[in-house]
Amino acid sequence: MNNFFIPPAFVFIIAAAFLPLFSGKVRSVYLLLIPVVGFANLINIPHGNFWAYSFLDYGLHLIRVDKVSLLFGYAFHLITFVTLIYALNFKRNMEYVAGLIYAGGALGAVFAGDLITLFIFWELMTISSTFLVWARGTESSIGSGYRYMLVHLLGGLVLLIGIILHGQETGSMAFNHIGLGTVGSYFIFFGFGVNCAWPFLHSWLTDAYPEASIAGTVFLSAFTTKTAVYALARGYAGTDALIWIGVGMAAFPIFYAVIENDLRRVLAYSLINQVGFMVVGIGIGTELAVNGALAHVFTDIMFKALLFMGMGAVLYRTGKIKATELGGLYKYMPYTTIFTIVGAASISAFPLFSAFASKSMVMSAAVHESLYFVWLVLLFASAGVFHHAGIKIPFFAFFGHDSGLKPKEAPMNMLIAMGILAFLNIFIGTFPSFLYNLLPYPVEYKPYTADHVIFQLQILLFSALAFTLLLRAGIYPAEIRSTNIDSDWTYRRGYRAFLWLIDKPVLGFMNYMKKLFFESIPGKLKHFSKNPMAIIMLTFSNSESRKHITDCIINEEDAYLESMNIHWSIGLSVILIIAFLVIYLLVFMISLL
Amino acid sequence: MSNNTNQEEKKYIFDNPKNLKRLLTVFYSLCVVFFALDIFVYKHIYFDSEKWPGFYSVYGFVACVVLVLVSKYILRPLVMRKEDYYE
Repeated sequence: MNNFFIPPAFVFIIAAAFLPLFSGKVRSVYLLLIPVVGFANLINIPHGNFWAYSFLDYGLHLIRVDKVSLLFGYAFHLITFVTLIYALNFKRNMEYVAGLIYAGGALGAVFAGDLITLFIFWELMTISSTFLVWARGTESSIGSGYRYMLVHLLGGLVLLIGIILHGQETGSMAFNHIGLGTVGSYFIFFGFGVNCAWPFLHSWLTDAYPEASIAGTVFLSAFTTKTAVYALARGYAGTDALIWIGVGMAAFPIFYAVIENDLRRVLAYSLINQVGFMVVGIGIGTELAVNGALAHVFTDIMFKALLFMGMGAVLYRTGKIKATELGGLYKYMPYTTIFTIVGAASISAFPLFSAFASKSMVMSAAVHESLYFVWLVLLFASAGVFHHAGIKIPFFAFFGHDSGLKPKEAPMNMLIAMGILAFLNIFIGTFPSFLYNLLPYPVEYKPYTADHVIFQLQILLFSALAFTLLLRAGIYPAEIRSTNIDSDWTYRRGYRAFLWLIDKPVLGFMNYMKKLFFESIPGKLKHFSKNPMAIIMLTFSNSESRKHITDCIINEEDAYLESMNIHWSIGLSVILIIAFLVIYLLVFMISLL
Repeated sequence: MSNNTNQEEKKYIFDNPKNLKRLLTVFYSLCVVFFALDIFVYKHIYFDSEKWPGFYSVYGFVACVVLVLVSKYILRPLVMRKEDYYE
């Protein structure tokens, strides 16, 4: 059995099922072995489609391996391994199990050979990742988790509708290039868009990620949006709409990030900003652009996880994550400070750090296609990301004003995890050919030319200069304890409009109908049935005779015998009616004989 | 982190205002050097605006100033609510 392998997703999901059997050091060893075994399994799989099964007469494949899916596979195994190291000091199983199933779901989705398999693992990710949000255990995280799940279930439903329509339209469930055109293709497009955090569909991300548990946020930052980028690259490369969607994603979050107080929420906004670069690359669709988008997926997983780990370590040691409550921690958490600065330099695309090798490919692709406006916005976003993620995160957490907090340095396992990622970010940035070799198309791009290095440093230095001058001049917005409303307002506050709609017009109408059919019509009928003749005469008479008739009706009622004033209860009437019906039934059946 | 033990309290690198001043001096001079480097380096030009001397420096600076001003004076008044707004 030289070539025995199982779907990469199964390794993680099966391993998660057995996790509760272990505890203590054994559990730690077991946890770290999972991605290692998974990786050994992964490199054993040749290119091609395997594990065929059939569902609703469609021939499906659990695994499809090519260069694109392998790139994501490597990145997901690597980040799971490092995040598990980071999480080792947590006692509860919840995050491990949820994280492993979530990683399994992401692997299942990127290795899926068809749309149905993709959808199954897509939903598995939604369910498992919700538990990572809930794992924080605070009241706000529970509410946030519910909102997160509802948005993703809705997105999943849109995707499912699209897949069914697409299957009907093309007669195949194969997941290759789809492109916009048919109705089904639009549904699938937007289904992917929800997970990709497109503008206005993005608020689940900035709502839930900062509320998730410390290790949970690191897991979350790696999988959902990246899987969506994979799906878009597979199905919609070269779709023009994606260029503009990506430009929006790259631009708008940086404004929010500047005024946001919760530092993990700043990172959540910058996550959308980075995914924007990838979406632009997919939209441009040339070999260089798609290579750049996929390279940026790889590096973004590394530096975004590192930044979330750094902020997670601060949260773990101080219990605080708001910029207003932090500052001056470099004295007590020097290693965390250094690792976070490496992450900050990487996301900002400093030469020798990872994003320098990947983001610039997307920028160059825009230049080659003469997309001047797109290029200007991406340049603006590059300056902005250095501003809010590169400077703001380290500055407000570790420098700035002295918060008076004196925490211990992060635990050893967290430092090791951050150290590995810091090393990888510098390694990829310095020797990008290792990453370039994994990309689907041959790479001729050379990031280290004299003018590219100097231009990049000019942008970064003068962004920093702007920050420094604005801060010293007192213009830089002071951090304020606040909530900034975003598109999640539509469902967190918009539900009130919905409640009003239900309460006033809909329930009001139903109330009216209830009164009409159960009170006023029966009341009138009752009145009418007492003395129909008198009522009819009442309607067609003048006031004198009306008085006379009314008197007559009253006299008539007075004339009833006591025995006629029996009040029949409704139950008694119903029983009598049923009895009559039964008799009718019997008569009918007897007549049939 | 270089820190010299001083009697009881540890002194850290930025506790000394001189160090901050030194850092800023180095930083400002780097800005000047890189702004000047623009003239000497051979540029692969694709767009006209790249020809302007110091385009990247000016763009980076202006971009960040605009970013901060827009965030502070336009976005914040629009979206900022009390911290317990949703509770």
